[in-house]
Amino acid sequence: MLRFLLHRLLIGLLVLWLISLAVFALFFVIPSNVARTLAGRQATPETIAMIEHRLGLDQPILKQYWTFLTNALHGDLGYDYYHQVPVTTIIAQALPVTLSLAIGASILWLSMGIFNGVVSAVHPRSFADRALTVFSLVFYSMPSFLLGLVLLYFLYFQLTLAGYPIFPAGGYAPIKDGFWPWMDHLILPWLTLALLSAAVYTRLTRGSMLDVLSEDYIKTARAKGLSENRVNYRHALRSALTPVVTQFGIDLGQLVGGVVVTETVFSLPGLGKASIDAINQQDLPVIIGIVLFASAAVVVANIVVDMVYVVLDPRVRLH
Amino acid sequence: MTQVHATGGEVQTTEQVRRIEGRSPWVLAWERLRRDRLAMFSLGVIILIVLVALFAPVFAAITGHGPNEQYRDIGLTPQGLPVAPNSTFWFGTDDLGRDVLVRVAYGARVSLGVGVLATLLTVVIGVVVGLTAGFIGGVTDTVLARFIDVVLSFPFLLAAIALVSIIGPSLTVTIFVIGFFSWASMARIVRGQVLSVKEREYVEAARSLGAGNGRIMLIDVFPNVLAPVIVYTTLLIPVVIVIQATLSFLGLGLQPPTPDWGGMIDESRNYYQTAWWFMFFPGIALVITTLAFNLFGDGVRDAFDPRVERLMRG
Repeated sequence: MLRFLLHRLLIGLLVLWLISLAVFALFFVIPSNVARTLAGRQATPETIAMIEHRLGLDQPILKQYWTFLTNALHGDLGYDYYHQVPVTTIIAQALPVTLSLAIGASILWLSMGIFNGVVSAVHPRSFADRALTVFSLVFYSMPSFLLGLVLLYFLYFQLTLAGYPIFPAGGYAPIKDGFWPWMDHLILPWLTLALLSAAVYTRLTRGSMLDVLSEDYIKTARAKGLSENRVNYRHALRSALTPVVTQFGIDLGQLVGGVVVTETVFSLPGLGKASIDAINQQDLPVIIGIVLFASAAVVVANIVVDMVYVVLDPRVRLH
Repeated sequence: MTQVHATGGEVQTTEQVRRIEGRSPWVLAWERLRRDRLAMFSLGVIILIVLVALFAPVFAAITGHGPNEQYRDIGLTPQGLPVAPNSTFWFGTDDLGRDVLVRVAYGARVSLGVGVLATLLTVVIGVVVGLTAGFIGGVTDTVLARFIDVVLSFPFLLAAIALVSIIGPSLTVTIFVIGFFSWASMARIVRGQVLSVKEREYVEAARSLGAGNGRIMLIDVFPNVLAPVIVYTTLLIPVVIVIQATLSFLGLGLQPPTPDWGGMIDESRNYYQTAWWFMFFPGIALVITTLAFNLFGDGVRDAFDPRVERLMRG
């Protein structure tokens, strides 16, 4: 187990290093006019040169990368171009918002998806199965920005118009200001993220449950006289969850990037919003910092997933 | 080869002889697909959308409204707000007094065009990389597999947005950025298939007959990994269409005034309280398109892989 973990960790680090290289190359090789933007319209070439020097942009590209890498290894991702705020601070400020959004939404979609998937698989061809299949396909085909806007239209605008101002139009309330305001601001964003993914998980769980239910060991379990519930939940669901866990690992990692749209629609000041702001200002250190942070999330999520396999499916052996 | 019609002295008429036809997996899959009513209905919807895209100018001709023409006199209310659907503007107008129906029809061109082109690019890169990695093996495989991991670890949407904003948005950039970030999962699927196919007996047989690597790769291995490629391709198109719409929605799609669904939905955001049609029509067009592709893709998958799912459907 320890060797396996170490191996995965090393590969994860390698992947992260390659990503840092790729991100750096992509964003720094493409000429940017940050110094010009910062200096203003009437800047002399000297001013621009001075600003470039201050930001370290006049250094050779390899030296820039080396400085960036050594700093990053010391937990320093640089400063944003405009206000000289450390990138780590920007990430730290935005992270609680994104985490609130991501964790709440993933709990919601996992429970909805797995529950619906099991219901569908245990009663295939039933009315519930068909209804759930249709519903999940509709939500699956809906872009998240559209779903967010639809929810806003019905649950914010029409409800408020009807005299029930239950949900706000957007924004964020920190949890320290009270649990209810926090949750109230997040319910619609949670639903936006969760309904879409719940659809994927319903289909995934259903398919994998159906596969597992046709296997011999399920017949054995039934032949032993176990109750239907015990067979379905203790024997079948456990190994049927393996592909679900794989998908969850991928999604959890991608979530840091995937919240961009939801945060934009509901004006939540999270990582997605921060990155969009940075992108609009061509604030490279912030973009690179967030992309690297998000990639690290993907790598860590993948390692965690590999470990969860072992717990879920006794057939998986580590090499 | 001669067919024996008479056995044991009895003469059989030709009608009684059941001809045994060899049916390739492709024919079988197509026949299963043809019997899938939902998939065929979705295919019909897809063809309809393709026709709308192709004949978008016809919509402009019938209504007499160009896609980018602004009717500030009849297309806007005295307060300067969009006009609701009526006999002149069947789907209403947008914030600049343009005909929503005509713009939705033209928008289909962008969605389908990017959807198909970016998917093709993704598939080509994915298949080439997957085939190379799986077939050659060794160091090449290790390096390519690691590279696939790296691309898969990229926060896709974030990186795509950053890249588009730095290079500058355009149709070509959108297609290449989508292709650049999405080929990896296709490559992984193809690689896995190749790894199992190349150990089969018929590959060994081809090798013992003196076939070269290139021939084996193209003639013996490639056709046998085609089924998952086709299934994945059909399911990729709706995903790509959504990504394109999302980029447009975030202001990183096509330059205005080119009509496209994601961009129209973005423009309508400030008007959803007063002009529902402005958001509704491009939105419903987008959902119908992706839904049709998803349903059709499901059918294709079931047709190639007629296992549990299909049996359970009844």
